[in-house]
Amino acid sequence: MRETMAVEAIENGTVIDHIPAGQGLNILSRIQVRNSQARVTVGLNLRSGGNGTKDIIKVEGWLFSEFDAAEMALYAPNATVNIIEDYQVRKKFPIGLPAEFTGIFDCPNSNCISHTEPVATRFYVREQVRPIQLTCHFCERSFTDSLFTRNG
Amino acid sequence: MGLCMTNPLYRKDIVSISDLSKTDLELIVKLASIFKKQGPGPYLQQKVIASCFFEASTRTRLSFETAVQRLGGSLIGFSDGANTSTKKGETLTDSIHMISSYADAIIMRHPREGAARLAAEVADVPVINGGDGANQHPSQTLLDLFTIFECQGTLDNLSIAFVGDLKYGRTVHSLAQAMCHFNPTFYFVAPDVLKMPGYIEDGLVAQGVTFEYVSSLEEVVEKVDVLYMTRVQKERFDPTEYMHIASRYVLTADMLSSAKPDMKVLHPLPRVDEIHPDVDRTRHAYYFTQAENGVYAREALMSLVMNEVIEELEYA
Ligand SMILES: [Zn+2]
Repeated sequence: MRETMAVEAIENGTVIDHIPAGQGLNILSRIQVRNSQARVTVGLNLRSGGNGTKDIIKVEGWLFSEFDAAEMALYAPNATVNIIEDYQVRKKFPIGLPAEFTGIFDCPNSNCISHTEPVATRFYVREQVRPIQLTCHFCERSFTDSLFTRNG
Repeated sequence: MGLCMTNPLYRKDIVSISDLSKTDLELIVKLASIFKKQGPGPYLQQKVIASCFFEASTRTRLSFETAVQRLGGSLIGFSDGANTSTKKGETLTDSIHMISSYADAIIMRHPREGAARLAAEVADVPVINGGDGANQHPSQTLLDLFTIFECQGTLDNLSIAFVGDLKYGRTVHSLAQAMCHFNPTFYFVAPDVLKMPGYIEDGLVAQGVTFEYVSSLEEVVEKVDVLYMTRVQKERFDPTEYMHIASRYVLTADMLSSAKPDMKVLHPLPRVDEIHPDVDRTRHAYYFTQAENGVYAREALMSLVMNEVIEELEYA
């Protein structure tokens, strides 16, 4: 695949750039959960500056809000979101970690009540620690972010 | 304190020890002391309290139910999950909806972590957590705090050693967290594999609490005001390993010769062999009083949650 294909311009939509190589598919699966009809182009292992590689995702016709982008933050904390309108970058912002994640991840604790009840999961983000931890609103356990991002 | 002050625990859910402020903890301990001395007031008269044990726990249930009866309340509920609609596939959410329409408060125990938090969000009445899986058991912590207050005359500036299984013992975690309000010094005596979890240690560091790991019981006995013993569970080790490990965390009467005169030994009970019976006859044994104190602590908690004003506290 030629690189230009992956970064080809779109008329209206969102380009998520500087995704760490390997996380693109995880983000893609989140996008598909949110909207299975979304028109998405994915570029994997593209050249990024010096020797690094990155993934890029383009979503046509969907202008991400900062809230939309926030749930991707665990996969790609340093990615950039470009909002494209009329082939122009209208807005550019870094993905930021939200204070909490609601209804996005399953609780890694298999004995957590959230698995057997009709409730949305809720995690509080603890950014002060490294690696970042998510604390379950229900079972009160804290988990490092890698538990959520492994294999999507 | 104004005379008509609403107590801060009124209509509050008691799910996790971290939901309780220093003032909350002090009110509960103070009222438990008063109730122990002069008996409880009729603070649950005309109230129906649901005692819902989705998992059996005879000790906790009897202690709560005794407290409710002594306060003049009446009880509905069940003592284990076997005969409830949960078994027929009803969600906890639906069960709690239904129970909350009958009762003025719900005391519950459940095998899953987070069950009490969920119930508190569903119910229109206060929910008191009597244990949710391996997570929280706040009333146990309250009785521990009351017991420490009773035997030391204060909660402030105490030295406490926690001994045994500090990794899986939620009693120890919650008590350590609650004591953080009172400028404690902690000593941990535990095998490497049963050390305090990292998140608890992080919490202590963040709150500026001093703690130290000590390799033997003998080393801490003379330093502390409270020696909090726990059981090292056999199931976690192979038999020979268990013999080696467990024997190092057994307290005997002759080890207490260097202890401060008022040092007290606590244990959440039941004990297996971590406290030798010869300790029972020393002035330091306090675990039986601790068990008895569960009812007073629960009377105090239920009174505060169900009444805006507690006369004993207004004029105390
Ligand atoms: Zn959970």
